[in-house]
Amino acid sequence: MTRYMFSLTVLLAVVWLLFSGMWTYVIILSLGVASVMVTVWLVGRMNLLGRDSEIFHMLPAALRYWPWLIGQIVLANLQVAGRILKGRDSIDPRIARIRIQQRTHVGRAIMANSITLTPGTVTLKVTEEDIEYYALTPDLVEDLEAGEMNRRARQFEEQLS
Amino acid sequence: MGVVLDILSWILLLAGSVLLIIGGIGLIRMPDFYSRIQAAGLTDTLCSILILLGLTLQADSIPLAAKLLFTLVFLLFTGPTAAHALAKAARHDGLEPWRRASGGASSKR
Repeated sequence: MTRYMFSLTVLLAVVWLLFSGMWTYVIILSLGVASVMVTVWLVGRMNLLGRDSEIFHMLPAALRYWPWLIGQIVLANLQVAGRILKGRDSIDPRIARIRIQQRTHVGRAIMANSITLTPGTVTLKVTEEDIEYYALTPDLVEDLEAGEMNRRARQFEEQLS
Repeated sequence: MGVVLDILSWILLLAGSVLLIIGGIGLIRMPDFYSRIQAAGLTDTLCSILILLGLTLQADSIPLAAKLLFTLVFLLFTGPTAAHALAKAARHDGLEPWRRASGGASSKR
């Protein structure tokens, strides 16, 4: 418990310092200290202090997943931009389903958000076993079925637990 | 050093602007609601990444740069949520996506 309070305090203090940019005025700094303390107290009172309130344990996994995801976003952007310029004859939309390998809520949210975040596909519905999504072209369906995103999101989820 | 940063930031800003315009064209040009979301996806993702990184390189203090980068992170987390909420609502309401076969027959623009 103390550990989570400590990590949340550090996180809030860093964010406050970065956002305020006022690091020298004692009065304003003390207001910052007060707001961090009140927030930590409130989070504790709401019983939200716990593994989920601490984002530091997610960082190693996220730093491994995000660069790959950003690469995918760049590729998908170029592809969709090309389709837009070529006009509607170049698209062949469809709704498809993919079985997902993630078991936790966080894992499924990561997978669903990753699908939506890459242009060309949007998540329509998430269930325990699969995700229904809209795809602009058939090759986007093939890409997802190839399973790279599924595997990497699963890996992300495993590193969290 | 300053010149190199300036050039880099201008390249990022211009590339982002081009994507923004293409996204805007797509918003008009795509045939239905779902495909328009994809066009908006361009401006949500790579376009905002490029523009905010370009602006970050122009920032003259660490807090300013941090705010821009946090904006980017928040955009990347909330963007897909909004897109998903829209698409899910449309799907729930029974809106069928535009299909290629049926699209040929309609002369509507």
